[in-house]
Amino acid sequence: MRLKVEPRSTGVPAMNALVPPLAVVATILASGVVFAVLGYPAGRTLFAFFVAPLVSLNGWAELALKAGPLAMIAVGLAAGFRAGIWNIGAEGQLIMGAVAAGGVALGFPDSQGFWVLPLVCLAGLAGGMAWGAVPALLRIRLGVNEILTSLMLTYVATLLLSYLVFGPWKDPDGYSLPQSRMFSDAATLTPILARTRLTSGTLVEFLVPVALWAVLRYALVGFKIRTAGLAPAAAGYAGFVQSRVVWTVFLTASGLAGLAGAFEVLGPIGQLIPQITPGYGFTAIIVAFLGRLHPLGIIPAALLVALSYIGGDTAQVSSGLPKGAAGVVQGLLLFFPLAADFLVRNRVRVVR
Amino acid sequence: MNIPRLELRGLTRRFGPVTANQSVDLVVRAGEIHALLGENGAGKSTLVKMVYGVLRPDEGDILWEGEPIAAHDPRAARKLGIGMVFQHFSLFEALTVLENVAMALEAPGPLPALAIRIREVSAAYGLPLEPLSYVHTLSVGERQRIEIVRCLLQSPRLLVMDEPTSVLTPHEADSLFETLRRLAAEGCSILYISHKLDEIRALCEAATVLRGGRVVAHCDPRQESAAGLARMMMGAELERPIRPATAARSSLRLVLDGLDLPGGLNGVDLRRVSLDVYAGEIVGIAGIAGNGQTELFAAISGEALAPSANDVLIDNTSCGHLGAAARRRLGLCGVPEERNGHGAVPGFSLTDNALLTGYQRAGLARGGIIRGAATQAFAARVITEFGVRCGGPGAAAATLSGGNLQKFIVGREVLQNPGVFVVAQPTWGVDAGAAALIHQALLALAASGAAVLVISQDLDELFALCNRLAVLNGGALSRPLPIETLSVEAIGLLMGGAQTQAQASEQAHAA
Repeated sequence: MRLKVEPRSTGVPAMNALVPPLAVVATILASGVVFAVLGYPAGRTLFAFFVAPLVSLNGWAELALKAGPLAMIAVGLAAGFRAGIWNIGAEGQLIMGAVAAGGVALGFPDSQGFWVLPLVCLAGLAGGMAWGAVPALLRIRLGVNEILTSLMLTYVATLLLSYLVFGPWKDPDGYSLPQSRMFSDAATLTPILARTRLTSGTLVEFLVPVALWAVLRYALVGFKIRTAGLAPAAAGYAGFVQSRVVWTVFLTASGLAGLAGAFEVLGPIGQLIPQITPGYGFTAIIVAFLGRLHPLGIIPAALLVALSYIGGDTAQVSSGLPKGAAGVVQGLLLFFPLAADFLVRNRVRVVR
Repeated sequence: MNIPRLELRGLTRRFGPVTANQSVDLVVRAGEIHALLGENGAGKSTLVKMVYGVLRPDEGDILWEGEPIAAHDPRAARKLGIGMVFQHFSLFEALTVLENVAMALEAPGPLPALAIRIREVSAAYGLPLEPLSYVHTLSVGERQRIEIVRCLLQSPRLLVMDEPTSVLTPHEADSLFETLRRLAAEGCSILYISHKLDEIRALCEAATVLRGGRVVAHCDPRQESAAGLARMMMGAELERPIRPATAARSSLRLVLDGLDLPGGLNGVDLRRVSLDVYAGEIVGIAGIAGNGQTELFAAISGEALAPSANDVLIDNTSCGHLGAAARRRLGLCGVPEERNGHGAVPGFSLTDNALLTGYQRAGLARGGIIRGAATQAFAARVITEFGVRCGGPGAAAATLSGGNLQKFIVGREVLQNPGVFVVAQPTWGVDAGAAALIHQALLALAASGAAVLVISQDLDELFALCNRLAVLNGGALSRPLPIETLSVEAIGLLMGGAQTQAQASEQAHAA
C-alpha cells in the first residue's frame, strides 16, 4: 500500500477563495491544541496570541510597523520569483539601504532643508539597488547563480554595518557603544499618529504593493516578467530581453528592500546600530509565497506573519509561553495554507 | 497459422469526456506488416499504448495468439514478445550504445558478450551500429537503430513502430523497409503506424484505418490508391494547395550573407549560410532535424544575434546585430518549431498569447501599457479567421489540441502583416485539415508580396509549397534551386550529406 499524488484535472475556483480563511481557522485550532498539550489554558493563550495585540490603537500601529517592511520587500521579491529569479538577499539589500540612508543623514547633521528627507530616502533606495546590482551583474555576465551571491552578500552587508558602527561612524559621545550619532530632525521620519511609532514610511510600505500590482497587471513590463518566468524561450522569441528582465526585477526588489531599510533607521530607530532588522529580508520570502506571489495577497500575508511575531512576544510576556511554542505557531501558520494549496491542486489516493 | 498473433476486440478507451478509441477491432497475423493509418488525433497512439500495456482499455479484450491478456503492463508485454519503437527515443546521450541497450534489458548479462550479440544482430538485419560509440555522436537514424536493435535482442514476435520514417532520409527509410521485410519473412509481425500513404502502400499488406477513434476500414493498401486511402483517413478529399507560378523576382526581402554562427554547447554550428528570399516566393529548407534548423530559425528571428550586422538583411536593412523585437519592427514574423513554451506559453490565455508577439505590430501595447480590449479583440480575430476550435480568447493555450494551437500561432503571426515570414515545421503533429489551412495561409501570404521561408522535414509539404528548395545538412546550406529542377532523390542525397559541386568549390575558395 502506498500513497499516490495526482493533479486534479478540474480546478475548484470556490476552494481557491476559501483556502486562506480555512487555513487560518485551522492554524488557530491547532495552536490551541498545542497550548493545551503544553499545559497552558488554550483559550487565554490564544487570546493573548491573536487578540490582545489588536485591542489598542498602538497595537494596530505596531502591527502595521512590522507588516509594512515585510509587505514592501515581499512584493519586490515576488516579481522576481515569478520571473524565475531567486534573489534571497533582501536582508543584505535592506541593510545597505539603511547604511546608505544613514550615511547621507549623518553627512547633513545641521541642515534643516526640506530636501534632506527625500535625499536620504533616495540614498536608501540607491544603496539597496547597488547591493542588488552585484548578483544581477554576475548572473548576466558570468552566469553565476544569484541564490548564492545574493545570500552571501547579506553577510558582507551585516559585517560592513558592524564595521561602520564599531569604527568610523561610531558616536564619539556615545560612551563607546556601537552606534552612530542620532540623525538630525530634518532627516528623521516623525510619527504621524499621536502615541504611536507609525510614520509616513509605513504608509508608503502599504501603497507600494498596490502600485506594483497595477504595474504588473496593466503594463507590458509585468507581462514580460511573467513570460520570462513561465517560458523563457517564448520570451526570447517575443523579443523580451532576458538580461533586461533580470535587471528590472533585481533593481526593483533590492531598491524596495533598501527603502525599507532606510525607513527603519530614519523612523523608529533614528540612528545606525548593529541590529536594524529582525530578519525582515528573509521573512519576506515566506510572506511572498504565503501571499501566492500576488501583490494583493502579500498585504494580508504580511499582516498575518507580523501578528504571529507580535502575538508570540505578547504571549511570552503575559502567559509565560516558551519562545519555542511561539515558533511552532508561526510554523503552523505557514504549514496550513501551503498544505491546503497543495490539496486543492492535487488529490492523494491510496494505491494497493 | 490460423490463430492471429494479436487480436483486439471492441477496445474502448475514454479520457474524461473524450473517447479516444471506440470499439476498435484489429487483427494482426503472424509475419504480417500491418499498417495502422489515421490522421493525428485519430487514436493511433492510444491504441498502441493499450497493446503495449502503457494504458488499460475501459472495455474490450486484447488477445495474444488466441489467449486473452488479463493484467497487462509493458514488462508483461515484453515477456510476451511485444517490442515497441517510440517516435521519441528514450536514450541517454552521455552513455554508449551498449550501455543504453543493457539498461533496457531484463537480464543483460556481461557487457562484452552483449556487445557481441549487438554486433551479430545489427549485422544480420542490416542495421550497422557500433556498440561502443556514444549516443550523442550519432545521427537520428542511428539512434533509431539502437531502439530497433534493443527490441530485436528480445526476439520480438510483434514489433510496433510509431511513425519511424518521420526522422529518416529517404535512403535511410528504404533500408529500414528492407530490415522490416526481412523480419516479417522470419515470422515477426509488425504493426506500422504512419500517415504517409506511399510508404504504407509499398510496405504493408494489410491496413486498419482509424478516424475519430473508430475503425473506418480494414483493407489491403496495395489494392488502394493513395487518394483512396486519404479519403478513408479524412472522410473527405484532401485539398491540395495550389502553388502559383514562380513569382517574378521583384524585390529582395530577406538575405543571409555567409552567416557563421557557433551553436554553443549542444547546438549545431551554422557554416557560411547564404540565402536570398524575394517578395512573393516561398523558399523551402529541407533536412533532417538536428542539422541546424533550430539555430537557423533563431538566427533569422533574432533570438540569436549574428556576428556582424550585414550577415542578415531584412528589406535591405542590416539587422544581424538587432534582437527579436527590433527585427519584428522591420517586418519579420515567424513560427518556431516548438509550440509549447516557445511559440506560445501553455499556461497563458489565448489573449495573453496574442500579446506575446502582437504587442508591437498589432499595436496591442502603447507606451508600455497593455491595451486589454484591443488584445482580446485581436485574439478573437485570429480565432475566427483561422477557425481555431477553442473556448474563446480566455481559454488557456494548454487546453488546445496541437493543430488548433498551431493555427492560432500561425494566424497571430500572419495577421501582423509580415514582410518576411519564417516558419519551422509548420504542420508537425497537426491534423490534415489544419495543415491544409496553414498551407493556404502561407501561399496567400506569399501571394500578397511577403517573402516566406519554410523549414521542414516533410518533403511532400516542401514540394507542394515552395518555389525554390535548399537543404540544410550539418549546419551548411546547399544552394536553393528551383523546385522544377529537383527530384526527391536529389534532395534525399543532399539530406544524407552529399554536397553539391558548387558548394564544395565555394568552401574551397573560402578556406
